[in-house]
Amino acid sequence: MSDSMSVPCEHVVDIRKLDRSFGPKRALQDITLQIPRGKVFGLIGGNGAGKTTLIKHILGAHYAESGSVRVFGFDPVTHPVEVLGRIGYMSEDRDIPYWMRVQEIMNYTRSFFPKWDASFAEELREMFDLDPKQRIRTLSRGQTARVCLLVALAHRPELLVLDEPSSGLDPIVRRDILAAIVQTVADEGRTVLFSSHLLDEVERLADRVAILHEGRVLLEGELDAIQESFRRITLRFEHAFPEAPSILGAIEYRGSGHEWTYVCRGDREQLIQAAKTVKAEVVHETPISLDEIFVCSVNRS
Amino acid sequence: MQLHIQAHDGVPIYLQVMQQIKYLVASGRLQPGEELPSIRTLAEQLLVNPNTIARAYRELEIAGVVEKRRTAGTYVAENGSPLARKERMKLLKERIDQLLVEAFQMGFELDEVLRIVQQSEMAISNQKKGGTEP
Repeated sequence: MSDSMSVPCEHVVDIRKLDRSFGPKRALQDITLQIPRGKVFGLIGGNGAGKTTLIKHILGAHYAESGSVRVFGFDPVTHPVEVLGRIGYMSEDRDIPYWMRVQEIMNYTRSFFPKWDASFAEELREMFDLDPKQRIRTLSRGQTARVCLLVALAHRPELLVLDEPSSGLDPIVRRDILAAIVQTVADEGRTVLFSSHLLDEVERLADRVAILHEGRVLLEGELDAIQESFRRITLRFEHAFPEAPSILGAIEYRGSGHEWTYVCRGDREQLIQAAKTVKAEVVHETPISLDEIFVCSVNRS
Repeated sequence: MQLHIQAHDGVPIYLQVMQQIKYLVASGRLQPGEELPSIRTLAEQLLVNPNTIARAYRELEIAGVVEKRRTAGTYVAENGSPLARKERMKLLKERIDQLLVEAFQMGFELDEVLRIVQQSEMAISNQKKGGTEP
């Protein structure tokens, strides 16, 4: 099989024109995205946007209805060993065998991963202050998350996949998770995919982001470039207007009277030219946060 | 080296890191020849993507603010780049403007201000000489 030979590939994950329905519900529509090696990819979207469904395709838990999913060059459904052995995964609901003890889950997980690094696992266990004899059931939510993180990290995966890793956690455990992402990518060549609705985390950590909404990718690209392309510009008009005067290049607006604030994407010059022709003056110009970019994109769709 | 990253204000983090390091160099809190933390150390300290720190360092190097030595290590540029000098001048001018506004409000003339500046300079250099004696 030719695709089995494509190692090392530049894109750790390569998804093309992926569609998926569950009954009448179209969960994913025409998804195309690539995750480059050595980068942190942030998947942004509200509840039900399709983030977890997309992640399950990458793990081979769902087959592609149409389109293709390749991970390390393999189809994860037909090549689970080649794919899953190189992925560290932490699920959204952190479902691990709750009747096991910490030491047992470590031994159990180790048996699946030939590359398990026992001394690194032990180092993480101590750092996370986990008692090897304690049962998972009796752990706090934060400690359970740390166990999940430990078993996802201890085989030093080439691709770390974290689905909503910090939801419902206190800031100290969240810090551990963010630090794990930083360390994973700092080790040359390793890649991280994480989904989150905490956009300040995505802003701190992601090289690339994709905004997912109702099963579609609304916006995808380098985070820096996306942030630099959006501007918020406040214009002061000679006359008061009851409604926002329409300005070429603006994708959103708000304001009243003489002053109206517009958001534009990549069309800054065009917007400023358009403002000049209606004798409006630029009084303020700022970048906008990823939060606002997300809201803008969803509102426009 | 203390940097503060604001994830919410929409300014890309590599730019925030660049601007703050430029400021530290321009204000003298980072001295020429001083070593910057490694990319990994700074990324872990700030909890930001190491690729982002690498980009900030790369662009600071292009701007002449820092230089790479041998294979590892990033240092504040030895001679201070023209850009760093410009930034320093900008900072100094801001301070001087502020000083003059306050001096004039208190009723001092420019000649008097200049004389006081010279006196202060003499006091500082005398102190320095005194400081080296046992």
